[in-house]
Amino acid sequence: MTNRAELTRRDILKSGAAVASLTLASGVTLMAFGGSADAKGADAGKRWGLLIDAGKCDADCSDCVTACSTENGWGHGDHGSPETDPAWIRKVTLKEQSTGRTVSAPIMCQHCEAPPCVDVCPTGASMQRPDGVVLVDKHICIGCRYCMMACPFKARSFVHEPVADQKVNAPRGNGTVESCTLCVHRVDKGRIPACVEACEQAGHSAILFGDLNDPDSPISKALEQYPSIALRDDLGLNPAVRYQNM
Amino acid sequence: MERTIYREIRATPQVMQLGGLLAAFILAALWSVYTVEHHGHVITGMTNQIVWGLPHVFAIFLIVAASGALNVASIASVFGQKAYKPMARFSSLLAIALLVGGLAVVVLDLGRPDRLIVAMTTYNFSSVFAWNVLLYNGFIVIVGGYLVLQMMRKVDPRLVKAAGLVAFLWRLALTTGTGSIFGWLVARPGYDAAIMAPLFIVMSFAFGLAVFILVTLWLFTLSGRIFGDALLIRMGRLLGIFAAAVLYFTAVQHLTNLYATEHGGVERFILRDGGIYTLLFWGVQVVIGGLAPIALVFLNPSRSSTVLAATLVIIGGFAQIYVIVIGGQAYPLDIFPGFDVIEGFNEGIVNPYAPSIYELLLGLGGVAIALFAAGLGAKVLRVLPTNLSDANLPADR
Repeated sequence: MTNRAELTRRDILKSGAAVASLTLASGVTLMAFGGSADAKGADAGKRWGLLIDAGKCDADCSDCVTACSTENGWGHGDHGSPETDPAWIRKVTLKEQSTGRTVSAPIMCQHCEAPPCVDVCPTGASMQRPDGVVLVDKHICIGCRYCMMACPFKARSFVHEPVADQKVNAPRGNGTVESCTLCVHRVDKGRIPACVEACEQAGHSAILFGDLNDPDSPISKALEQYPSIALRDDLGLNPAVRYQNM
Repeated sequence: MERTIYREIRATPQVMQLGGLLAAFILAALWSVYTVEHHGHVITGMTNQIVWGLPHVFAIFLIVAASGALNVASIASVFGQKAYKPMARFSSLLAIALLVGGLAVVVLDLGRPDRLIVAMTTYNFSSVFAWNVLLYNGFIVIVGGYLVLQMMRKVDPRLVKAAGLVAFLWRLALTTGTGSIFGWLVARPGYDAAIMAPLFIVMSFAFGLAVFILVTLWLFTLSGRIFGDALLIRMGRLLGIFAAAVLYFTAVQHLTNLYATEHGGVERFILRDGGIYTLLFWGVQVVIGGLAPIALVFLNPSRSSTVLAATLVIIGGFAQIYVIVIGGQAYPLDIFPGFDVIEGFNEGIVNPYAPSIYELLLGLGGVAIALFAAGLGAKVLRVLPTNLSDANLPADR
């Protein structure tokens, strides 16, 4: 006959082990796969993108940069050295050499369809979600900066000093590389990226966010209707960020 | 001639003092790593524009020189030059030591060196960097095995030759991988060229042989052994040929770029307007590290000429890698062709770089690790022949 007490003890041990492995495994899975929990939420049928109308962008406005910095918690605790401070998004003002026309626009990660940063990353920390968003898995980034060497847009920053006041939605770490996440934490909840919202609130509405795969989305319709360019189109990377009136 | 006898070097006070000096450099490098890890890379000269700095110059020099240092063994076993045979063991040992020194610098400069295990266990095979991790580890295993075979008694010479051939092919793959780190960077006009791989291979021939000549002579002097003039002059001539090959590949690299209008900007920067980079290119890389050593070994072949030529090749080599690594990043990315940047974030300007003491200490620490490991190897293993006098050299068939 089976000893009930023994069985019970064994059961308790078993269930304890199950609880422990569940608790630990989720952590281990998170450690090992980093953003994959989010990636599961990403819809492979979509391709998120931005259309930036440089004609509407005000050279004196940097609300998109401020909004990104506030939303994602970068650019606060840094010691004010522009060479080493992170810049997930930056504003540039350009003058066309042949005509003298000036134009202003924000530059961020261009979320390429064929991202060189993902190709070169030795550990796979630099990755692309099924919906095309390019991210850095902070758990396995070793801080080699090869992705920064490979990025044609200078879109990535290396965290040069210990970070404070991190946001729950955008974990950061000294010694790892980071860049625009297209605010996936907002997008996955049906919201628009912080920079897009800020530009709207500033009354410019120079940034349009949407699904490039959906022919009926406002961004697809605008792209169909008006000419636009991709930065460094010659490289054939097919960025998800496009510019009008550049 | 007497048979080649290999003996450990003796621990004379001079040897111990040099060992202590190298250990001090290694400790200084570790202090630098600790300090940078504590404060972040903000205290170094590296920035978000110059993301790879002086440590990478040292690391790449050591890694490139490592594969080249193996050449002496390859010349003996693969190409059958008997005069090089007695030096083959130390050539293999020095190759491993230099690679370890170079890799130490790369790893210790990582933003997260504590995650080395991640780099060793998580591979993205579309990354040439990941392939390099395998190539570097494989090099240590293969050259280590080759060294053991050379040192074993009663081993079939054909087996040693086969191991030498594998090691030689592997080292070609390794340097191809190192050159491709730059050659496959499509974004930067200073890189993005297939010639980077063969250029790095020919650089490795020159830098590796130069380092081998100096380190071997240094250990021979320390242990009071004879290194024959004729052998040294012969190696110097080979170094001259390698230095000429580096100049040739460098010329092709720049001429090809000059032909393409789109690369005119970066070429004008390196060759004419780049300030320190132009000076390093023409003055140090081409004249001091290329033309001068070639002239020395061919116009005035002597013991001292060879030693000086080897020293100059190393100095020129550092300059060449500095120009490639730092100069290639200092030249701005052309994100907006046809536009001038009026306002931006370090946009469209030459990116400044001033290396910090931390970076220098780390780089020198890598050199110290390589030399310490080579010296320690020679101290505990029978890798150095007792006599390399010209009278004692095996004649080539």
